[in-house]
Amino acid sequence: MSKTLPKDENKHTQKNNSWECKNKSNTLTLARWTAAWLITLALATFSPQFSWGESKILTLLAILLNLLVGIGMIIANKNHLKNLDELQQKIMFEAMAITLGVGLVTGLSYSLLDITNIIPFDAEISNMYFIMGFTYIISIAVIKRRYQ
Amino acid sequence: MKNRLKVLRAERDWTQAQLAQALGVSRQTVNAIEKGKFDPSLPLAFKAARLFKLKIEEIFQDE
Repeated sequence: MSKTLPKDENKHTQKNNSWECKNKSNTLTLARWTAAWLITLALATFSPQFSWGESKILTLLAILLNLLVGIGMIIANKNHLKNLDELQQKIMFEAMAITLGVGLVTGLSYSLLDITNIIPFDAEISNMYFIMGFTYIISIAVIKRRYQ
Repeated sequence: MKNRLKVLRAERDWTQAQLAQALGVSRQTVNAIEKGKFDPSLPLAFKAARLFKLKIEEIFQDE
C-alpha cells in the first residue's frame, strides 16, 4: 500500500491543510484581539490617573474604545470556536459549562460573604476573573486528558 | 461504539496526522476516535466512509 494519499484523498488533504491554516490564523487573530483588549483596558484604567487627569470625555472615549475592542474579541473568539473540530469544540463546551457554573456559584457565595460582612474587605470582581480563568484552564487540561 | 479506523489506516500505511488532515480534524481527534474514547458525528463518519470507500457500518459498529 502506498504511504501517500491517492489523488482523491489529496484533494481532502489540501482542503484540510487550509483548515489547519485557518485554525492557526483564527488563533492568532484571537490573540491579537485579546492583547488589544487588554491594552485598551489598561488605558481606560490607568490613564485617568497617570495621563489625562480628570477629563471625563477622554475617560469615556477610552472606555468606549475598550468596549468596542471587547466586542471584536468576542467575535474573534466565536470564529475561533466555530473553526475547531468537533472534539475540540466538545472540550471547549464542557470547559465553558464548568467555568460558568463555578463562576455563578462561587460569585454568589463570595458576594454573600461580603454582604454579610463575614470577610473584612469588599468583594472584588477581579478575583472572580481569576477564579474563572483558572477554572477554564484546569478544566481544559483535565477534559483533554480524558480523551487522550 | 467500536470502529476499524486504526486497521484501515494501517492497511493504507497512513499516519494519524495524514488521516486527520484528510478528515479535516486534529490528530488528537483521530486518536480519540481510534481508541473509542470519542464517537464522531454523522458527517464525520460519512467523510471517513467516503475516504475509505466503504459503508459507514463497515467502519463503525454499535457495541
